[in-house]
Amino acid sequence: MADTMQFDLVSPERSLVSVPVREVRLPGTEGDLTAMPGHAPSIVTLRPGLVTVVDASGTATEFAVTGGFAEIAGDSVSLLAERGHPRAEITQEVYNEMLADAHRRKRAVDEREDVGHDAITAAAKLLADMQALGTHIGLDPDQATVPD
Amino acid sequence: MPSLKDLKNRIGSVKNTRKITKAMQMVAAAKLRRAQEAAEAARPYATRMNAVIAGLTGAAAGSDSAPRLLAGTGSEQRHLLVVLTSERGLAGGFNSSIVKIARYQADKLRAEGKDVAIITVGRKGREQMKRDYSDRFVKHVDMGEVKAIDYAIARDIADDILDRFEAGDFDVATLFYNRFQSVIAQIPTARQIIPAVLDEAETEIETETGGASNLYDYEPGEEAILAELLPRSIATQIFAALLENAASEQGARMTAMDNATRNAGDMIDRLTTQYNRSRQAAITTELIEIIAGAEAL
Repeated sequence: MADTMQFDLVSPERSLVSVPVREVRLPGTEGDLTAMPGHAPSIVTLRPGLVTVVDASGTATEFAVTGGFAEIAGDSVSLLAERGHPRAEITQEVYNEMLADAHRRKRAVDEREDVGHDAITAAAKLLADMQALGTHIGLDPDQATVPD
Repeated sequence: MPSLKDLKNRIGSVKNTRKITKAMQMVAAAKLRRAQEAAEAARPYATRMNAVIAGLTGAAAGSDSAPRLLAGTGSEQRHLLVVLTSERGLAGGFNSSIVKIARYQADKLRAEGKDVAIITVGRKGREQMKRDYSDRFVKHVDMGEVKAIDYAIARDIADDILDRFEAGDFDVATLFYNRFQSVIAQIPTARQIIPAVLDEAETEIETETGGASNLYDYEPGEEAILAELLPRSIATQIFAALLENAASEQGARMTAMDNATRNAGDMIDRLTTQYNRSRQAAITTELIEIIAGAEAL
């Protein structure tokens, strides 16, 4: 059995990464999971968080994604994220921008009265996940400007 | 008969025009390449998204709890037309062809007694539709400040459309844009995005694999994933349409400017011939006058 599988990180604008890997650790909506070659075919939605990719030599690379979903097949993992950045590229500015976007979404939902409870919870959760992501990689969530 | 001086001025002015159209053509060609690359780069995401959704909808479409984005509201009374056009003109029939099918659709729906609302994206479409449909406009997205189309723009448009859908403003949404086939052929296309319509090709893939939904484990459940993916899919489709449109616009402009350059060349040739003939005629007349004068002595 092959000891690597194909990993693709695709954003709507372009394909970001396409490498053979040994394992992928994903932040699933219902809990983290690790996909290795031979994993049962699954489709998993993701929360904002870090995706860790381990290549054949054991080197781990981390990417920050803002939600999306992953398609896991036995020999490949395709991750479709609205935004994805290598961890090194996530500076405070990039993070601020991402967080401001989450704030904006939450505000938009809060202001509307006709949306269901689910949407409010979802937006609040998104924001909380984003803040947790920032703390996790050592960036300050409070620096982001909350749009008026 | 224009004087020699007039002809010379005309030739000069047509030559200047040719320079401008030539430059515009080359700029369009460069932008076209970039637009095509962008459209190409965006394809993997859309393809995978569609494949997953096709797998899911096969199972969900039949059930009663299918999301409204897929099953529709059960009515077809109120239509939302999203007309994607460009900010700039001088692109041949690019904008007119989109407006034409949008207009046709709007008139048809009105004749059937249905309600029509219009969202315009891009200045040119709004201008062309203002006269007949200004009372139908519900929103305009200005693309004047936009240098390169990114996903955020598509998502903003999609969010707005989804908000309206949630609020019950319309039942059916259709996108109007130009599909890029080649530099000389752009096909005005109407694409229904709400309720979601599956392409025939996608449905085929699905039947071949015997319903992809059977193959995968879903976490969370199939319906939860579908409910999350469908709004994203709307944004993806709008994004794809915007990119196709951008490529089509540059293609149309390139062709139009190529024609204009060639026309200007023809005109210069014609005017030059006329100029030379007139000059020759003037010389001949002068000679005849001199000879006639000399003979009279």
